[in-house]
Amino acid sequence: MSNTSALRIVWIYPDLLSTYGDQGNVLILKRRAELRGIPTEVVRVNSSDHVPEQGDIYLLGGGEDRPQILAAERLRADGGLARAAARGACVFAVCAGYQIIGETYGDDEANPLPGVGILDIRSGRGESRAVGEIVADIDPALGGGRITGFENHQGRTAIGPSARPLSTTVVGTGNDGHTEGAYQGQVLGTYLHGPALPRNPHLADLLLSWRVGRIAPLQPSWGERLHEERLAAALRQ
Amino acid sequence: MSELPLRAQLASVLGRSAASLSRATGRGDGSVIGGRVALKVEPDLLSQLARGRRLALVSATNGKTTTTRLISQALREFGEVATNEHGANMPTGHITALSNSMSAVNGVLEVDEKYLPQVLVATQPAFVVLMNLSRDQMDRASEINLLAKKWRTALGKSNTHVIANADDPLVAWAGLGAPHATWVSAGQRWKEDSWCCPECGGHLRRDRDPYWECPECGLSRPQATWAVDNDSDVLVTPQGERLKLRLNLPGDANRANAAIAAATAAGYGLHPARTLERLREVTSVAGRYTSVVTMGVEVRLLLAKNPAGWLESFAVLDPPHTPVILSVNAQVPDGRDTSWLWDVDYRVLRGRRVFVMGERRTDLALRLETDGVHFEVADRVDEVLGRLKAEQPGITKVDLIANYTAFQQIRTAYGRVQ
Repeated sequence: MSNTSALRIVWIYPDLLSTYGDQGNVLILKRRAELRGIPTEVVRVNSSDHVPEQGDIYLLGGGEDRPQILAAERLRADGGLARAAARGACVFAVCAGYQIIGETYGDDEANPLPGVGILDIRSGRGESRAVGEIVADIDPALGGGRITGFENHQGRTAIGPSARPLSTTVVGTGNDGHTEGAYQGQVLGTYLHGPALPRNPHLADLLLSWRVGRIAPLQPSWGERLHEERLAAALRQ
Repeated sequence: MSELPLRAQLASVLGRSAASLSRATGRGDGSVIGGRVALKVEPDLLSQLARGRRLALVSATNGKTTTTRLISQALREFGEVATNEHGANMPTGHITALSNSMSAVNGVLEVDEKYLPQVLVATQPAFVVLMNLSRDQMDRASEINLLAKKWRTALGKSNTHVIANADDPLVAWAGLGAPHATWVSAGQRWKEDSWCCPECGGHLRRDRDPYWECPECGLSRPQATWAVDNDSDVLVTPQGERLKLRLNLPGDANRANAAIAAATAAGYGLHPARTLERLREVTSVAGRYTSVVTMGVEVRLLLAKNPAGWLESFAVLDPPHTPVILSVNAQVPDGRDTSWLWDVDYRVLRGRRVFVMGERRTDLALRLETDGVHFEVADRVDEVLGRLKAEQPGITKVDLIANYTAFQQIRTAYGRVQ
């Protein structure tokens, strides 16, 4: 627990926000750090625990409507995540987690509820559910490149002046059919649900480089192969 | 049941003809089309066909087909049983099952989780049998918290008797809505969908498995009168008898299914010792757990459709020297999204010979690489067996775990083994 030189990966509320493969983001960050000789420490924080403020990368997963509301309430009451973000920590949130780190998000009857407020986005409920493979081009300011994943949500998200869209949608819906995800400093969110980082190794490396500086490229392996394969499949549709 | 109104009789006859036609032309087993035709003629047909019978509806994420089969096997002690054993588990399939067994008083129907509330209203069953709820094909299935809530509400409006697994908090909470209940301590290996209280969302206290309680609202595990003791392979009855299970289906998941089946059969008046004798006659269910012998090697087929199912399959693998083939597809019946692969812990496969196949084998390859499991990629089962035989000519057994369409493809390749 007390390895101060290790990269601290904090997994927020796996008991509430771990719906479909969210663990993948934890595992792939850990693996890609360790392949480069960077020691890691994974901290699991259940919804009954306090969120530690001294983490490097905070991960939030997806959740059904009710767990999402509970998670937002508990994170707001706890305050640890907001303080960590204010300190400059990296936050990577997918799907329901993405919505609740924003200013507001919608419950199952489209009433706006307050989020954690560390990303300048406002989410509501769309008319239709967005389900399927998604492809998007990352903001060139972040180094560009394509991301691919699976989306399964009914949210529609508007981006405020303090945040920027993470990417431009090529296939699928994302925020609104035009852009996908958002970032503000090192706080980054996306509708690519579950294992977004395993499916986009370059995005995992971007987060790592934010924390540890320049990192050596890795020998391409199954992650890169899967990325190529899924991109090709989604663009063929 | 033979007293159906004329219109319903006609509907039923037309449905059966359509089903025969479907079978004769090789289009299917007729379960769905028959029911569809019949429903057009008489929309209230399911209620009419159910009237006067003692039905048990069986629902869960995993084990529906097996448990339905086990209960029917037990109830055949009393004569004919109306049942949808081909797994057509929506109302059209129920109509076909009941139409095909007009004189059966007892019936056991497997019911898709989403359809349970409506089938409950239509059929007024004597029993509703519930085993487990966990994440499954989330691109098209309902969210399970919502599902449990709908079950609870529907059960609350019924006069049925629930027979349910007390150890699964979501299932127990749903079952607590019913006016009558029998609780079975059937265990829960996969807990990732039930760390939080279904009533208030509090983090459940679960340190004394199988007990669970919510420290915030006080909801707690109902007291079970039936239990499974996996370590000693024993079923404990409400009378305190300890009966050896000795099933011919593998694993704790099937011990759980059998315990629930025994509690249900007891509701129909069958003594548990006799039930277990009958359950031991079941050796495979729609190709699951069956073995095919090909190229002199026995390949055991295990179906696993979701993380909880994969966990149960790993638990029944043969000793570590037995190679295992994993095959994953992502067609519509499987769920188009393979994210669930990341919910399964594959580390138990370390040190074993592992092969990956299927349309989404690259997803599987990355997943295994991340868990430090060595593997080889293959296209077909024969190819794997060829490779293995070249290295170890004396090899006799291989296990195979596949998700739904991958399983069906392999099963079809070996002649639709039962």
